[in-house]
Amino acid sequence: MKVLVTGAGSLLLGGIAQQLAERGDHVVCFQRRTTETMHQNITMFAGDIRDRGSVTEAASGCDAIIHGAARVGVMGSWEEFHSTNVDGTSNILRAATEHQISRLVYVSTPSVAHVGDAIEGDIATPATTGRKRAYYAESKAQAEILALEANGADLGVVAIRPHLVWGPGDTQLVGRIVERARQGRLVMVGSGNALVDSSYIDNAMSAHIAALDAVTPGSPCAGKAYVISNGEPRTVNELMSRICEAAGVEFSPKHVPAVIARNLGSLVERVWPLFRKDEPPITRFVAEQLGTAHWFDQRPAQNDFNWKPTVSLDEGFVRLAQWFAQTA
Amino acid sequence: MTAPSAQLLGEIGLDPSWSHTVEVPSHDEKTHRWHYLDRPGLDDSAPTVLCLHGNPTWSYLWSRLLHELNAEFRVIAPDHLSMGYSEQVGARRYRDRVADIKDFVDALEISRPIWLVAQDWGGAIAMGYAVAHPEKVAGLVLSNTGIAVPEGRKAPRLIQISASGGLHRTITRNTALFVRGTAFLPGAGLTSQQRKGLVAPYMHRNQRDGIGGFVADVPFNDKHESFNDIAQVAAQLPNLNVPVRLWWGAKDPVFNDDFADDLIKRLSDVQIHRVANSGHLAVLETSIATFVENTISQSQSVNSQGVGANEITESLWSRIASPSRQNTLAIYDGADKSSVKFSDLDSRVASFAQGLIQQGVHSGDRVAVLVPPSIDLIALVYACWRIGAVTVIADRGLGIKGLGRAVKSSRVQHVVGVRAAVVAARTLRWAARATFIDLKSLRNSMQLEGLSQLALAEPVADDLAAILFTSGATGPAKGVRYTHGQLGAQRDILQAVYNITDPDSFVAAFAPFALFGPALGITTGLADMDVTSPATLTAQALDDACRATGATMVFASPAALANVLKTATTNLSSLKQVRLVMSAGAPVPIETLRQMTRLCPQAEMHTPYGMTEVLPVADLSLEQREAVGEGAGVCVGKPVNNCHVKIVAVDGGVTELPHGETGEVVVSAPWMSLGYNRLWLTQQKARFASEGLTWHRTGDVGHLDSDGNLWIEGRVVHMIHTAQGSVTPVPLETVCETISGVQRAAAVGIGEPGIQQIVMVLETDQKNENVASAALTVQVRQALGQVDVVAVWETKKLPVDIRHNSKIDRTALGQRMQKVLSGRSK
Repeated sequence: MKVLVTGAGSLLLGGIAQQLAERGDHVVCFQRRTTETMHQNITMFAGDIRDRGSVTEAASGCDAIIHGAARVGVMGSWEEFHSTNVDGTSNILRAATEHQISRLVYVSTPSVAHVGDAIEGDIATPATTGRKRAYYAESKAQAEILALEANGADLGVVAIRPHLVWGPGDTQLVGRIVERARQGRLVMVGSGNALVDSSYIDNAMSAHIAALDAVTPGSPCAGKAYVISNGEPRTVNELMSRICEAAGVEFSPKHVPAVIARNLGSLVERVWPLFRKDEPPITRFVAEQLGTAHWFDQRPAQNDFNWKPTVSLDEGFVRLAQWFAQTA
Repeated sequence: MTAPSAQLLGEIGLDPSWSHTVEVPSHDEKTHRWHYLDRPGLDDSAPTVLCLHGNPTWSYLWSRLLHELNAEFRVIAPDHLSMGYSEQVGARRYRDRVADIKDFVDALEISRPIWLVAQDWGGAIAMGYAVAHPEKVAGLVLSNTGIAVPEGRKAPRLIQISASGGLHRTITRNTALFVRGTAFLPGAGLTSQQRKGLVAPYMHRNQRDGIGGFVADVPFNDKHESFNDIAQVAAQLPNLNVPVRLWWGAKDPVFNDDFADDLIKRLSDVQIHRVANSGHLAVLETSIATFVENTISQSQSVNSQGVGANEITESLWSRIASPSRQNTLAIYDGADKSSVKFSDLDSRVASFAQGLIQQGVHSGDRVAVLVPPSIDLIALVYACWRIGAVTVIADRGLGIKGLGRAVKSSRVQHVVGVRAAVVAARTLRWAARATFIDLKSLRNSMQLEGLSQLALAEPVADDLAAILFTSGATGPAKGVRYTHGQLGAQRDILQAVYNITDPDSFVAAFAPFALFGPALGITTGLADMDVTSPATLTAQALDDACRATGATMVFASPAALANVLKTATTNLSSLKQVRLVMSAGAPVPIETLRQMTRLCPQAEMHTPYGMTEVLPVADLSLEQREAVGEGAGVCVGKPVNNCHVKIVAVDGGVTELPHGETGEVVVSAPWMSLGYNRLWLTQQKARFASEGLTWHRTGDVGHLDSDGNLWIEGRVVHMIHTAQGSVTPVPLETVCETISGVQRAAAVGIGEPGIQQIVMVLETDQKNENVASAALTVQVRQALGQVDVVAVWETKKLPVDIRHNSKIDRTALGQRMQKVLSGRSK
């Protein structure tokens, strides 16, 4: 199978490309800045996802697409988020039609359906739109809706929303927690007792690949969204402390009441961009994520595309600790 | 108003597609427009359930049933004429209302026999229709209704007020008082949506004509136009040959238990399920769907046969009068150090029996015995048994509220007790029209020498002897009915299992058990303790009672034994003479038994397993328990002789699972109780017939090992249903309890069944309850190995029941943990 992977500059998508290549698939990595290919089965394609022409060109001859290119974070205008995340997805869908590609995995995020209440054992609910700020979540939601609407007789589309991905090399979750813990700036929202799902990086990769293999037109997962995780929810406290433990840094967070964190997050989101160019230390979304329970029913993924996590949390933390030991 | 708008129906939770109107040719030679709700069944052959509302409601009353009833049935709920959204035709008499239902059924061309479900005056109309058209009716489910004012009772005061003169129009028509008041009657309470739904058609006074007419049609005297019509229906009820099941909200101030009893007296095939926490609108406050489904399915199968012992080997009181023992100590009461010989007891029981008869207690009457554990309590219970009265024995361990609910649910005709209890029962209206008998008056009438002087027929094996109460650890305590035959068989099995003979004597620190002493013909001692709190039994009090009685046996709950150990001193010489210590009621920690062995070096430690409904089921000695060793759950030993035990699937299975598999423990024994009291649905779920026996579902989950030992792994309702499969709590808990510093453990599930996550809650010395330390969490996870524990929580005290101080309420704990782990609270 020849697979177009967009956004392969990220840890998750890069890893997926690598694994596909290793099992014998031909992979076209679509990236803004190409890097050296790490495998003979990987072809690099430099392009901008907002440019329909280059997307169509890259997809030529492919059987399947894993679309993970996205603008992330909270910095930037709505137009910037929209053009990359929504228009970029439109470009992918057109390319799929043009080249009669029959499988598409849309790499989504749990925040497309997140409303701030505790989620305890739910399945993925439909993406919602209409947020006033939160450009990332809003644009990803609009794009997921577009992608799933394109599911049909010729194209099978599945959306995968990996929940809190972490692992060796992860700069998003692990990197930030460890950096702040080192600086003594780690903040715990609320009691820290909220139970949350997380996904060890290898499991997140295997979920996308399993979905790719299953999503033929009309297959059980076609047209649906799945939240995937390790299926081992833990308290926020435990997750953070074990990440710190793996990194060998002290875990002594400052506690911030949940309601204050949410309001602070909203405020920071608005004020921060006026002064800074980097990502703010706290956002409303993060505050809600870490202050309320978020764990999901993993049975749909198992039933519909026969996927189960293979690396347990315990094993994941062992690997994380080894990685920190090696890179130190 | 012609019909409710789709918007309104949506707002009050009804599917707009259910709402219909139909022009119905009437027996009054006109045509009337009816509004009705119709939830279709799976296909055209679906049996029809026709729901008749009362006053002042409308078909909305059945909204829950419409939503919840199995799709095998078609559910139709009309608004009576002049009510709800049906045509306003002015006031209508009972006779016309019954004929209206025939008109409606004919118009809808319902050909097969119908199940009528009705509430309030809808019930009276349903009964009228059933006696007029028996061929059209398959059965009735009635809720808080009536056909006549019960004997000895005035008409419901609320209705009387509403129907009287000037007030009538004010209450029922000019203001919305009656309509709104109904939605606020005592009960479990309605949601705001339900209240909105109930009053929706009655917001304007001209819509309330029907309500006033309905109330005016309640005949309070024989001059009333409808009096004869209703009286005729009432008179014909005994001829009604279909099953009638009553779903009764116990808090209804209008159609209360008296009305239920009146119907029970009139009907031949009738059963009641009393809903303790619900009121007049029980059909809306609670889910009635399962009850209706059970009623229908039960009518198609044969009723289960009677249970167990049908012969009495020996009456319960026969040994009291045994000539060889007249001078032997019968009962010693440690509280006031009083005692009686068997000859005295014989006289007291006989005299009490005569006194009860003189004060109007008849054979078959139910008598609440509100006397603290004492010689008088025991004498009174045997006196009741002797004259064939049914003793209602509810102990203070249920708490005052629980005790009141127990007495109330038993519908006693008499309350016997010490003055304070009788006054309480009267003021709290536990038994509104019962006769109250002061214990003192019975004592003052002492005059007989012994039971032999009573010229009175003896009750037979099938006669009801007692209603005992479950501990009510979860929900209201349930009354359990025992016959003389069953109690006799229970005495015989206890005697056989524990080799009880004449020279034995025993001290009971658990009142219901002490009652068996005289039946066994042995000396009985009551230890000085607060009966409401087993943990108040001190070593000294127990030893004193043993000394006074020369006890060879001791019975005490695990909590009581724990306190005995805590208060033990060195000079407890009488305990050293004991040959048998029995402890039951909740799992007994093995360490408690080992330590008891030091206090009672000669004694065998036994832990009988059973429940209020069947006791004993199995027995295990400490020796056997140590030989069995560790396993999944708590070993309770091998079933006692003549007790059948099997393991079935937890979803209501009847066939035995392959050996070793975990499932619900079901038992059958000759001493098994007859069943529950006024809880028909509970009874239907708990009992089933198979292999020629009647079985009781214990609600416990466990397995049988290869040696035939029964292991209990928890309660069915406490099972944790994870995505990887179902897990029983006790095996996890026993493993965690081996971790040092952990006194007790509880495994609970959070989330919906099927994807539940496991949380372990540990009772430790931790002052502030909180998430456990990382080290302890690791220890727990390592100890449990294969199952995933999402969080470990430490607390100083796990929530336990009042009576035994040891049954953990895992359901409540699970809800609390879910809240904690949602991040919403600490």
